[in-house]
Amino acid sequence: MGGYSMPDASGHFGPYGGRFVAETLVTALEALERAYHEAQQDPGFRAELHSELRQFVGRPNPLCHAERLSRELGGAQIYLKREDLNHTGAHKINNAVGQALLARRMGKKRVIAETGAGQHGVATATVATRYGLKCLVYMGEEDIRRQSSNVYRMRLLGAEVVAVGGGTRTLKDAMNEAMRDWVTHVDSTFYVIGTVAGPHPYPTMVREFHRVIGDETRAQCLELTGRLPDCLIACVGGGSNAMGLFYPFIADPAVRLIGVEAGGLGLSTGRHAAPLTTGRPGVLHGNRTYLMEDEDGQILPTHSISAGLDYPGVGPEHAYLKDTGRAEYVVATDAEALTAFHRLCRTEGIIPALETAHALAHAIRLAPAMRSDQTIVVNLSGRGDKDIHTVASLEGIHL
Amino acid sequence: MSRLTGLFTQLQDAGRAALVPFMTAGDPSLTATVPLMHALAAAGADAIELGMPFSDPMADGPSIQRASERALARGVKLRMVLGWVREFRMTNRHTPIILMGYLNPVEAMGVISFAEAAAAAGVDGVILVDLTPEEGRGEATLLQQRGIDPIFLLAPTSGPERVARVRSMGSGFVYYVSLRGITGATSADWVEVLQRVRDLRRQLGLPVAVGFGIRDAATVARVAAEADAVVVGSALVEQLAECATDQEAIQVATRFVQALAEAVRTTERVCA
Ligand SMILES: Cc1ncc(COP(=O)(O)O)c(C=O)c1O
Repeated sequence: MGGYSMPDASGHFGPYGGRFVAETLVTALEALERAYHEAQQDPGFRAELHSELRQFVGRPNPLCHAERLSRELGGAQIYLKREDLNHTGAHKINNAVGQALLARRMGKKRVIAETGAGQHGVATATVATRYGLKCLVYMGEEDIRRQSSNVYRMRLLGAEVVAVGGGTRTLKDAMNEAMRDWVTHVDSTFYVIGTVAGPHPYPTMVREFHRVIGDETRAQCLELTGRLPDCLIACVGGGSNAMGLFYPFIADPAVRLIGVEAGGLGLSTGRHAAPLTTGRPGVLHGNRTYLMEDEDGQILPTHSISAGLDYPGVGPEHAYLKDTGRAEYVVATDAEALTAFHRLCRTEGIIPALETAHALAHAIRLAPAMRSDQTIVVNLSGRGDKDIHTVASLEGIHL
Repeated sequence: MSRLTGLFTQLQDAGRAALVPFMTAGDPSLTATVPLMHALAAAGADAIELGMPFSDPMADGPSIQRASERALARGVKLRMVLGWVREFRMTNRHTPIILMGYLNPVEAMGVISFAEAAAAAGVDGVILVDLTPEEGRGEATLLQQRGIDPIFLLAPTSGPERVARVRSMGSGFVYYVSLRGITGATSADWVEVLQRVRDLRRQLGLPVAVGFGIRDAATVARVAAEADAVVVGSALVEQLAECATDQEAIQVATRFVQALAEAVRTTERVCA
């Protein structure tokens, strides 16, 4: 990976990342780092992961040409990386499988997770059942309300879902609560973090479990178009689907990397979830990164139509890629995401997740200004079944 | 000599442990904070830990989380907390004040500005729960240069390497977290804790305070037999949360802390 070798040995991406946690967790993080390193070097672990991704997750998933959408937009050719076709319906399971296999290898009997949209919770509940681990998922009360079908799915899969009522009752508070659980049960429990955030080694480990997205995309794009894509677009909540797609292309400067944050009701309203676009560096959830915070360093409430993007921080590697200019970060509002959601339904026969719809919204903005021999790859990070209640109720329909 | 070092030297001679109650700045009210600090000192607190509220207190249980949320809702800011310490210092020059909180609000103020303002206000030690010695080298130096002790934590899970690192970087005292868990939890195995405290005192060459899970005078007495300081947090914060008026809060705190102070004063140290 010519010229790019982040993070450094202590888990820093330039000034970002690191390990900012209560002392009780430091030894557990060191043990995790060692176990992960050993697993990575072990051909047996790699083979098992590969086999699970094929047999259970359904990889490789296709890179699919969105022909009608591309034609309508009259510019670049849009290709969709179909993470929505994975088992459980989103990219999240790539990482959940990896971490759960690691948990089993470390002899942990219990896994915990935080979840916003519920996709990571469902993925973790799923693999925990498959590997015979006890699973507990923390979820904010507000997210439980707006993603109720995923709550039921987790329970069907045998996981315990704990409602988190503190703070803003969303993803960040679920993460606080999961950290508190981990501190309390650190010897028996593996914390399956759902995005490229958290203390070292999580941002790196989660990136590595998701890089299969970018690795496949690279090979598929070469096969389909004979060259690398011109532009990659992914939505950014914590940043895991974006990091997985971007990472294998970082050393290819001709490939534009664009992350799309949640613009919510519009940046000027303050009601959004766009820390890279509007925030400043600080420390939350174990790492230094861009945060939405007030002038006193208190974390601000966020808003997004999509629970999976409703988070005031972002993975530290994105902070680094922003500062170095290697990746660009833009926003799409709730309204733009909704329009893109409907447009994909009607042109391609795919119902995307509302998170994913943010990435699509930017592709729709960008494509017309590009040439028809250029390509954009959009990470179709998840399917929208979980969101149909939200979308229907916005249209006054009660399902 | 710093106020903290002075205190521990003096108590070493007196042959007893220090009692260190914790309260969240700005809870149960803005106006109660300074009078409560004075009340704690008058009731027998040897030092006071003052919580700096943060929106996302990851290492705290429900009692201190809620206290933090209430304080922030009342508009508490870090500069107000430092202002209260300054006000307290106008009439109390001897009781050490240790601020406890999280890194982000301190960074937002600027670590240098914070260190200078804290030193000017009369702060003696600072505990930042999520700042490990590995990440906190620069901050620790900035505080020490202004005469403030950076207090690091050790936990049941900390191995010899981490003890050595804290010994090389900490000053004032070291805070031993008695259990795997958050503030307000109650599952400490005290026999194991006290054995570990004995080892740490020898290995660190610094006073060792013990906190987390200490809720009553009996436990205070037990821990005071081995530790250099005993911290009581959630149990006090919970009682204060129930108080309808500042007056009531002061009475409740006084009664509770007097009982705990009695416990440290009547407990013989096992080891010197
Ligand atoms: C479908 C989908 N896409 C994206 C995200 C955002 O997460 P990340 O930015 O880590 O990919 C989520 C999170 O729940 C999701 O469910």
